[in-house]
Formats: sequence, structure tokens, C-alpha cells
Amino acid sequence: MSNTVLRMEDVTMQFGGVVAVNNLSLEVNEGEIVALIGPNGAGKTTAFNCITGVYEPTNGQIFYRGEVLVANHPQGKMKKLYAGENAGKYTKVVRRAPDEITRMGIARTFQNIRLFSSLTALENVLIAQHLHIKSNLFGATLLSQLSFVKTRARQEEEHMYQRARELLAEVGLEKYENEVSGSLPYGIQRRLEIARALATNPSLLLLDEPAAGMNPQETRALTEFIVEIKDRYKLSVFMIEHHMDLVMSISDRIYVLDFGKLIAHGNREEVQNNQRVIDAYLGVAEDA
Amino acid sequence: MHDFSYYIQLLLAGITVGSLYALIAIGYTMVYGILRLINFAHGDIFMAAGFFMIFISSTTSIYVSLPIVLILTVILGVAVERVAYRPLREAPRMSVMISAIGVSYLLQNFATYYTGGLARPYPVIPFLTREVTIGSMTVKALTIITPVLTVILVVALVLLINRTKIGMAMRAVAKDQNTARLMGIKINNVISITFVIGSFLAAVGSILYFSNYEQVTPTAGAMPGLKAFVAAVFGGIGSIPGAVLGAYVIGIVETFIKANSDYAIFSNAFTFALLIVILVFRPHGLFGEKLAEKV
Amino acid sequence: MKQKRYLLYSLLLAALILAALIAIDNSSLKSSMLSTILQKGAIYALLAVSMNLLNGFTGLFSLGQAGFMLLGAYTYAILTIPVEARRAVYQYFDGGLVQFSVPVLVGIIAAGLVAAIFAFLIGLPVLRLKSDYLAIATLGFAEIIRALIQWNTLGPITNGSNILRKFPTYSSLLFPFAVSAVCIGLIVLLIRSSYGRAFKAIREDEIAAEAMGINLAKHKMMAFCTSSFFAGVGGAMLAMFQQSVQAKYFTSAMTYEILLIVVIGGIGSVTGSIISSFLFVACSEWWLRFLDAEHYIGKFKVPLLRSGFRMVVFSIVIMVIVLFYRRGIMGTNEFSWRAIEKFFKDPFGRKAREEERKKVTTSHE
Repeated sequence: MSNTVLRMEDVTMQFGGVVAVNNLSLEVNEGEIVALIGPNGAGKTTAFNCITGVYEPTNGQIFYRGEVLVANHPQGKMKKLYAGENAGKYTKVVRRAPDEITRMGIARTFQNIRLFSSLTALENVLIAQHLHIKSNLFGATLLSQLSFVKTRARQEEEHMYQRARELLAEVGLEKYENEVSGSLPYGIQRRLEIARALATNPSLLLLDEPAAGMNPQETRALTEFIVEIKDRYKLSVFMIEHHMDLVMSISDRIYVLDFGKLIAHGNREEVQNNQRVIDAYLGVAEDA
Repeated sequence: MHDFSYYIQLLLAGITVGSLYALIAIGYTMVYGILRLINFAHGDIFMAAGFFMIFISSTTSIYVSLPIVLILTVILGVAVERVAYRPLREAPRMSVMISAIGVSYLLQNFATYYTGGLARPYPVIPFLTREVTIGSMTVKALTIITPVLTVILVVALVLLINRTKIGMAMRAVAKDQNTARLMGIKINNVISITFVIGSFLAAVGSILYFSNYEQVTPTAGAMPGLKAFVAAVFGGIGSIPGAVLGAYVIGIVETFIKANSDYAIFSNAFTFALLIVILVFRPHGLFGEKLAEKV
Repeated sequence: MKQKRYLLYSLLLAALILAALIAIDNSSLKSSMLSTILQKGAIYALLAVSMNLLNGFTGLFSLGQAGFMLLGAYTYAILTIPVEARRAVYQYFDGGLVQFSVPVLVGIIAAGLVAAIFAFLIGLPVLRLKSDYLAIATLGFAEIIRALIQWNTLGPITNGSNILRKFPTYSSLLFPFAVSAVCIGLIVLLIRSSYGRAFKAIREDEIAAEAMGINLAKHKMMAFCTSSFFAGVGGAMLAMFQQSVQAKYFTSAMTYEILLIVVIGGIGSVTGSIISSFLFVACSEWWLRFLDAEHYIGKFKVPLLRSGFRMVVFSIVIMVIVLFYRRGIMGTNEFSWRAIEKFFKDPFGRKAREEERKKVTTSHE
């Protein structure tokens, strides 16, 4: 079954002397839900940022559907400072801006919600469709607002609105359509962020702590929701999460990060019983 | 070509102008370092000091006026901070900058109103304007006093910043306001002191500047202010030695450009071209530090 | 239904304004203060809206407006001065380099294009700077452009630091209104399109915008060039209004004035910018004029009132708004017939509060 959607090879991210992500290699296959867990500060969000182009990794390669997404090796000042391994292995350098990576089909949500807070929920989801627009600035300006002539620009605009409303309905947020997104309740904002990411039409969805701040009931709903959208939109999901019930119930595979290094990998039984993981992060259930 | 002494005179003039820009630039760089605010009104405070001198010296002697002018300018600077910047401390950066522009606008309009818009002659301060002879050249005492005084003040300031408790507090607030507050530092006092120092230096600068140029207009502060700001950016915003260095570079080059009448119109443009170059190739200036945003 | 009703209202309003303007145009009020205010107000409205597009909607704090206005004004003047008049205007430059002239509309469009081209060149290095640095860099470029235009070597084209005049101007009050209306209309269409939404996204959160697939450099450049295009057109109109142009007047003070207009009207509100422009022009040119003249009550001379006081009061009012009414007149709201209807049906919100109270009490049973 495995079509590898995302592959990280030896990715190291170093800030000055601090190694945030240390020679991380992992894979996400087609249709999987893969979790990245570990204590705070372990480098999980940094890893996400390397995938989405926010950071340029110090070393290593990242592949998306077989194509090199990002690649780098230590250069300049970093040559001396580099504390990871395999410094000479990767000669190619491939840089991509975050918007290009999104256009290739990778979408994400953020650890600290980054909605367009003074814009409405509908606008947030509309904006996320802009990347696919075919009309240029002039076409969109002059033609997209004229309702009585069915130009291509107009059709695109109407389609965007239609799709935005559909997505909001999917996540159950249709009544918040015209609410200013920053004033929405926290749990609603998180769902909106996911709807917005879906609007970019991704095939790989990166979720950064989607259940943060949610109570058990909300978390359960979110769990079902993630499986639903994965099936409906044919996604692969890579998620950072601390809520173990969410992680353990739907993840096909789990990677565990500690101090930037991969310390364990496997399915839920393997990870739950891994001593290093227990020591670093999970702990043991208290006996009565 | 001109003889050697011509170039020396130009250089001296450039150093003088540079010193004046330095005194103003320090005000900008300190305020930006602490508040991340470009105090657009700073140049106009410099201009106000000029007018203070004119009006006060018409009622009392020069020697009594000097300290009064210094005090009044400081009061003005602190008042501006209290009224126009402090209430907007939590507001987005654009709002505070707009407020600074508004203050600048107000100060200029008020000066125009009060003085009727005409240039007013600056009082003659004997010990500054009398002539001194060095070798084959005759210059105003001003030309010698200005750089010397500037250097003394800058050194004193750097010592203050680096060796005293209050200086440490200022550096802390510039680095991280919230943590400084948590450590018990009274932010409002630190900020007020920053404005006191900046305004004091601007006042000194204005005394030296207008003694040289001999008249004050309501818009007299705009250009020097802007150039001093560029100097601060060039040197690295937040760095005092950098601002001073930038000021001298601008002052000297500008003086030489002005001396060549073909390109005189570009004397101001040079400053801005320098600004663009710095912003494009090294935005944090010569001695500034890079800042990164957390995602 | 509703949409049709609102369309009707809008058409009625437009017709009313048109009628009023025609009436003024053909009456003795043509050269009155009112007419001046309306013309200048319309031109400043365009300038304010174009600046709002960049600063308010896209969040790019640029202070270069005066530079683009200057480019537009000069382009228009240079291209439209009638060939016979050139010798007199360019008296120090042998009649000047440009020896043809184009029709008015071509001149106006050229004005916008030249401004936009300069914006493109300036934008390349400058748009990636952080907000405060962008402000100063654009301010700097405006000053450089002003110096360049006054440079004697370019005199054959720009007439150096001398005045440019004798170019065609408009005869009817309707002209500046028409041009402004069309331009503002285009800007509004842009804001409501997907690109306009992309601009707003950049203002809200650049990192999130990029993550949603929006290319920052490309869209910032679009906003910058579009805003500058209309600033150039506004500059051309200003030239026509003043009937002369001289670079030395296009200082950063002009940019500040437009910025203050935008702030007063509400950053992010087109309606606000329009309203505020007319208010600003009316106040500074007309209503507060009495503050500038000496007044006597009987034999008692009212203190403070003399030349220049008007601007002081004005500046204070601006400071009050900046400090206490930061959201401006309109905040981020736009003109809507729905809001006006709501106001008339329920002026003090009393009915709405009653409804709310009823809802809460019944739901408790």
C-alpha cells in the first residue's frame, strides 16, 4: 500500500549552537495518520517548520511524493558550528518558500492559533483558496464582482464562496460565517483553522497540537473529525499532539522525539511499552 | 583645485555638522532601542529648543537662559512621551508612529503660529561665536567646541549606560521590557530618563547648531532630525557608538557634497541613498543585532 | 428584494450628488470656497483611499506617497504642456526636451503608470523590510525623487527647480469627481476580490498568509504598485487643480497629511477615508479659517486668534483622535444601506435591547 508521501532524511536544525532537531529521519505514507510526540521543547514544531519552509534546515533532505522538497548542508559559519552527523552527505541545496510548499499540497495548522483574527470565519476560509486562483489581478478586480456577467473570474469567485461555505458546514461552523474569527471561542477557532487548512486543497495535512486546550469531550469529537476528513479528502495526516488518548486511538504509527533526537518509533503498543519513552515522557500509570 | 587648508576647513565643518547630528541621533537611537519607536517629533524638539533660547534670552541674560533652555527642552521631551506615547504603549506599532507624526505636526504648527512663521534670529552667544585662529585658519570657537563637547557627552553617556545601575536598567528594558518589569525595574522611570537624556542632548545640539546658522524657523528641525535618524539606522539602531559614527559619516560627506555646487541639491539625497543602501544590505546597521520571530 | 432596493438607493444617491455638482458648476458658486473644497476633497479622497489600500488594507506602512504624487504630477504636466507654450515654461532649458503633447486622459494614465513603474523598482529592495524600516525607506525614496526632479541636469525634462505651468486643466467640477469616483471604484472592486482578501491576510499575519499559499513578495508588490498608480493619478489631478507644479512642495509633510486623513477616517475603511478627506479639506481651508483672523467682541480683542491658530487647533484635534479615537470615524466599517435602515428603524438600539432581554427571560423558563 505504501506510497511515501513525506520522507525526512537526516534533518538537522541548528540555531547558533543549539541543536533543535538532530538528524531526524521519518516517513509518512499515503492515507496514514502519523503522530509526532515528545516533551515540550523536543523540537516537534521546529521539525514542522522545516517541512513547511519556515526554517531552512541546517542539514538533510525532505522528500514530498518522491521529489526533493527541501535540502541543505552546513554552510558558512555553520560549517564550524555544526554539531550533527553526516555533514558532508548532502550536496544539493533546495530552498522553497512556504507558499510554494503549500501549493504543492502540504497544509498546516499552528501551535498558537494563527487565524486572520479581525477577519470573519468565511474570509479566513476564502483566503486559503486564493492560491489556486487563475484570474490575474486585473481580471479579478474588474470582473469578479459583476454578478450579471458570467465571466471566468466571476465563476471562480462564486466557486470560492460556495466551497468556503461547504467547508464551514463540514466542520459545523456555518453559523459563525460572519463572525470575526478572533472573537470566537477557542475550540471553534481551532476547528476553523483546520477548515482553513483544508481549503488549500492539500494532500498532506500537518496538525500542530490540534487538541490543545480542549476538554475530553471536545477531544473525542476532534478525534472522530480527523478520521472523517482524512477519509473524505483522501489526506495523509502528520500530527503533533500531547493528548495521548487522541494519539493512541487513531495513529497508525508514532514517532517520539526528545531533545531533538528520535528515541522511538512504531505502533502504539511498541511505543507505549518502550522504556526510553516512558522515562522521557509518558510515565507509568499509577497502581492503585 | 583648492589648497589644503580649504579641505581642512571643509573637514572641520563636516565634523561640526556631524557632531550636531550625533547629539540628535543619540536621542533617536535610545528611544528606538527601548520603545521600538521612531520618534518623529525629536527633530521638532530640537527646533523648539532653538525657539526657547530666542524667547528667553530676550528677557534675561544669555548665561541664565542657557540652563533654562536645557530644562525646558527636557520638560517638553518628557511631556511628549507622557501625553502622546505612553497611552499607546499597548497599541500596534503603527499607531504610536502616527502619534509621533502628529506631535511633530503639532509642534511645527504651534511654532509657526507663535512666531508668525518668519525666521527669528538666534541670539549671539559670545564664547561660542568669537573667532579663534589656528595656524593659518580662522574659525569660530564653535567649530572646535562642538566636536569636543560632543565627544565628552558621548563618553559620559556610554559610561552611564555601561557602568551604572540605571544604565543597566536601560539596557535591560531595551532587551526585553516584560522581563525587566518582572525583575522590578520601573519601566516608566527608565523610559522617562531616556527621554530626558535624549532631549538634553538635543537641546545642547540646538544651541550649537543655531549659533552657527544664526536663525530658527519652525521647520528647522525636520531635516536635521531625519538625517540624525538615518545616522542612527546606519550605525545600528540601539547602538550609541553606531549612531555617532553614522552621524559623522553623514555630516562629513554632506558637507563635501554641498561644497560642489553642481551636486549640492543632492546633499540631502545622499543621506537617503545611504539609508536605502544600509536597509537593503544590512538592515540592522553596522553595530546592530539581528532579531528573529518565533513561529 | 433587498439587493435591488439597495441598488436603487445607491443610484438615487449618485444621481443626487451628480445633480448637486452640476448645479454648483453652473451657478455663481462655481468659483466659491465650496467648489474649491469639493474639488480638493475629491482629489484627496482618491489619495487617501490609495494610501489606505497600502497602509490600511495590506498593512505596509509606507511613507512614500508624496514621491509618487510628485511623479504623477510631473509626468502629467510634462506630457501635456502644449508645444507652443514650452518655450516659455522651459525658459532656462531651451524649450525642454519633450516637444510633443498628449491628450489629457493619456497624460493622466501615463502619470499613474510612471508612478507604478517607480514603485516597482523601489519595491524590489524595500518591500521585505520590517514595518518601521519600510516607513523610513519609502520616506527616503520620496526625498530622493524630489531631489532628482529638481536636479539641473534633468532640467530639460523636469524644468529643474522651476515651476511647471500652462498645462491643460479641467473646466468642470465634475471632472475631479468623475476621475476619483472611477479610481476609487476600481480600488473597491480590488479590495472585494480574492486579491484584496490576500492583501488583508498579509496585514493580519504574514506567516499564516504564506502558509496558506500566498506569495508575499508578489502580493506586496501588487499592492504597492496599485497604490502608487492611483497616487500618481491623484498627483496629476492635484497639478490640474493647482494649475502649477513645483517639486519643492511635495514634501513628507504632504504624506503626513494624507496619513492623518486616513487615520481619522479609519484605517481599513474606504468610506472613512472619503468622509475624512472632505472633512479635513473643509476644516483646514474653510471652517476653521475664522480662527486665523483677529476678532473683537465690542472693544475686547479675543485672545489667541491670529494667523496660524487654525492649524494649531487642527493639530490638537488630530492628536485627540489619534490618542482617544484610534479607530477613527468609521473603524473598519464601510457604508452600508442596511446599517442606515437599521438606524432609522431603531435609532437608539432600544428595540434591539428589548428583544435581547425577552430572549434571555423566556429561555430561563
